[in-house]
Amino acid sequence: MNILRLSTKNLLRNKLTTFLNIILVAFGVAILTILFLASTQIGDKLEQNAKDIDLVVGAKGSPLQLILSSIYHIDFPTGNIPLKDATELMQNPMVKRAVPLALGDNFQGHRIVGTDSGFVSLYGLKLVAGKFWSRDLEATIGSGVAAEAHLKVGDKFFGAHGLSDASDEHKHHAYTVTGILQAQGNITDNLILTNIGSVYKMHEPDHDEHEAQKEAEISNKEITSILIQYRSPMSVVIFPRMVNQSTNMQAASPAMESARLFSLIGVGIETLKWFALLIMAISALSVFISLYNAMKEKKYDLAVMRSLGASKAKLFFLVMLEGLLITVSGAILGLFIGHLALHMIAHYQESSQARLTGLYFVTDELYLIIAGLVIGVVASILPAIQIYRVDIAQTLSKEK
Amino acid sequence: MISIQSLTHNYHNGPTLKFPDWEILNQEQWLLLGASGSGKSTLLNIISGLLKPQNGKVNLNETDLYSLSQKEMDRFRGQNIGIIFQKPHLIKSLNIFDNVALASSLAGVKINQSRVMDLLSSLGLEDKTKNYPEELSQGQLQRVSIARALVNKPALLIADEPTSSLDDENADNVLKILTQQAAENHASLVIATHDRRVKDKLNKEYLL
Ligand SMILES: Nc1ncnc2c1ncn2[C@@H]1O[C@H](COP(=O)(O)OP(=O)(O)OP(=O)(O)O)[C@@H](O)[C@H]1O
Ligand SMILES: [Mg+2]
Repeated sequence: MNILRLSTKNLLRNKLTTFLNIILVAFGVAILTILFLASTQIGDKLEQNAKDIDLVVGAKGSPLQLILSSIYHIDFPTGNIPLKDATELMQNPMVKRAVPLALGDNFQGHRIVGTDSGFVSLYGLKLVAGKFWSRDLEATIGSGVAAEAHLKVGDKFFGAHGLSDASDEHKHHAYTVTGILQAQGNITDNLILTNIGSVYKMHEPDHDEHEAQKEAEISNKEITSILIQYRSPMSVVIFPRMVNQSTNMQAASPAMESARLFSLIGVGIETLKWFALLIMAISALSVFISLYNAMKEKKYDLAVMRSLGASKAKLFFLVMLEGLLITVSGAILGLFIGHLALHMIAHYQESSQARLTGLYFVTDELYLIIAGLVIGVVASILPAIQIYRVDIAQTLSKEK
Repeated sequence: MISIQSLTHNYHNGPTLKFPDWEILNQEQWLLLGASGSGKSTLLNIISGLLKPQNGKVNLNETDLYSLSQKEMDRFRGQNIGIIFQKPHLIKSLNIFDNVALASSLAGVKINQSRVMDLLSSLGLEDKTKNYPEELSQGQLQRVSIARALVNKPALLIADEPTSSLDDENADNVLKILTQQAAENHASLVIATHDRRVKDKLNKEYLL
C-alpha cells in the first residue's frame, strides 16, 4: 500500500469536497483552454488566409469590413466598384498580381466567389477531382463544401441570393460542379469558385424587375473588390495612399486590419483570462481550506501512522499528494472540458468560414498542467508542514 | 531483551518523573502498575521511542533507542515495537485488511497477505476484512489494533490501558488474546493498567 493509494482513499472518503474542488480547478482551466485554443486558431486563420495578399481594394466604407468580406468571407462587402476603375488599377505598374472578386451569392452558407484564374495561383490551389471552371455556370468547389453539401463532379446546384441564407434562390440558372479542390486548411476549403460572368448572369435584370432596382446588386459594369500583390515592398506606402486619394475606391491592408481586429478581440480575451485566473485562485484557496480543516481530524491518523513507523517526510508527501491529486486531476479534466466545449461550440457555429475545432492542441496547455501542480503545492504546503509539529505521544494519549 | 537505565523525565512545567531500572527478557509478560498520574503512559511512550526522556537510556536488543535519528527511530519502532493504544485508532478510509497491512508498508516491510489473514482469523475477524472501521464494534476494533501491532512480528508488544473502555467479558477476552498472541509470536509483553480486573493475570509486575 503506497501513499498514492492512501491519499486516493482519503480523498474518496470526502467525495463531495473532493468533487467540488476538482470542479473548481477544472472550471478555471477549461476557460483558459478555450481561450488559448480559440485565440491561437483565430490568429492562425487570420494569418493563413491573408498570407500572400498585400492589399484589398473595394468600395469606400469600413476597411475592416472590406478585409473581412474579401479575405475571410465573413462580413458583408462594403459595396461594389466600377469595373473600369478596377481594370485601370489592375494594370498599374506597381501591381504584380491582381485578382478580381465578385461576391453576392451563396449555396447553403458557402459563398460563391466570381473570380479568374489569378485566384488559383494566388492561393496555390490544386484539384483532387475534375478540372477548374472555364465557362459560365461552371463551379469548382472547396473540399469542405464538397463534404458538407455532398456534391460530386457533374452535380448541379442553385445559388441563393445573399451571403448566408437560402431563402432567395436563383432558380433559373443552375451551376455545374466541374472540379473539387484539395483541402488547403484555409478559407478556400469553404468557397465555391466560378467566373465573374456567372455572377453577372445570376443578377441579369431581365428576369426580375425588383432586383434591377436594388442599388447594391452587382451589375455587368461592377465587381466587389480586388486582391493585390505588389511588385516590390516599396509600394506599401505609396500605393494605398494613391488609391484612397485619387480614386473613388478604398485600399485596406490585411496585415494592419487583422492586427487591429486581433487587438479588439484581445481586450475580451484579456478580461476572460483574468476571470479564469480568479477562479483558479479561488480554487487554490478552497483546496487549502479543505486540507487545513481536514488536518484537525487527520492529526490522529497521522500520529497513528507515525507510531506505525512512517517518517515525517513520508506523511508530508501524503498530505501534499492529496492536494496535488485534486488540482492535477482538475487541470486534466479542465483541459478535456475545454476541448469538448470548443468542439461543441464549433459544431453549432454558423459561419463555416471561421469554424474552430476542439481537436487542436497548443503547447500552452502544458503550462496549465504545470499551473495545476503549482496550485496544488501552494494549497497543500501549509497543511503539510503541520506534520512536523504534531507531537505523537501527546496526540495519541489524549482521549478523543 | 529490553532494558531501561536511570530514566527520568520532566514535562514542561509538570512533575519530574523517576523510573526504576527495569529489564525485560525475551518473551516475558509484565504488568506495569501504578496510580493514575504516576507516569505509566509516559514510560511506555519513552520505551516505544515516541517521547525523548531527559536522562537515561533505553536499549532494545542492543540498540540504544535514543541514539537513532528521528527517521531511523520511526522505522525501528515500526519493525520492532507493536503498540496497542487505549483506543483502537484505525484509519477510517481504509478497510480492516488494509489497516493491518498498512502497518507493514509504513514500517518498510513487505506486505505478507497470508500473515495478515492468519492474524485476523486467529482474532475471529476473518469475515470482517473488507469492512470499514465504522462497521465494527469497540471490542472488534481493539482486536484489529492488536492484529496491527503484531503484523510485523515485533520483539516487544506494548499495551496502554487496553481494557479500560471494555466491559468485563471483552476485557477478559482482550487480555487472553494479548498474552496468547504475544506467546505465539515470541514477543515480550508489557501491559500498563490500573484496572483491577487485570491484576494477577500476568506473573511479573513493575510498580511505579
Ligand atoms: N503533555 C504533558 N504535559 C505536562 N504534563 C504531563 C503531560 N502528560 C502527562 N503529564 C503529567 O505527567 C504525569 C504522568 O502522566 P501519565 O499520563 O504518564 O500518567 P499515567 O500513569 O498514565 O496515568 P493514567 O493511569 O491516568 O493514564 C501526570 O502528573 C501528568 O499530569
Ligand atoms: Mg495513562
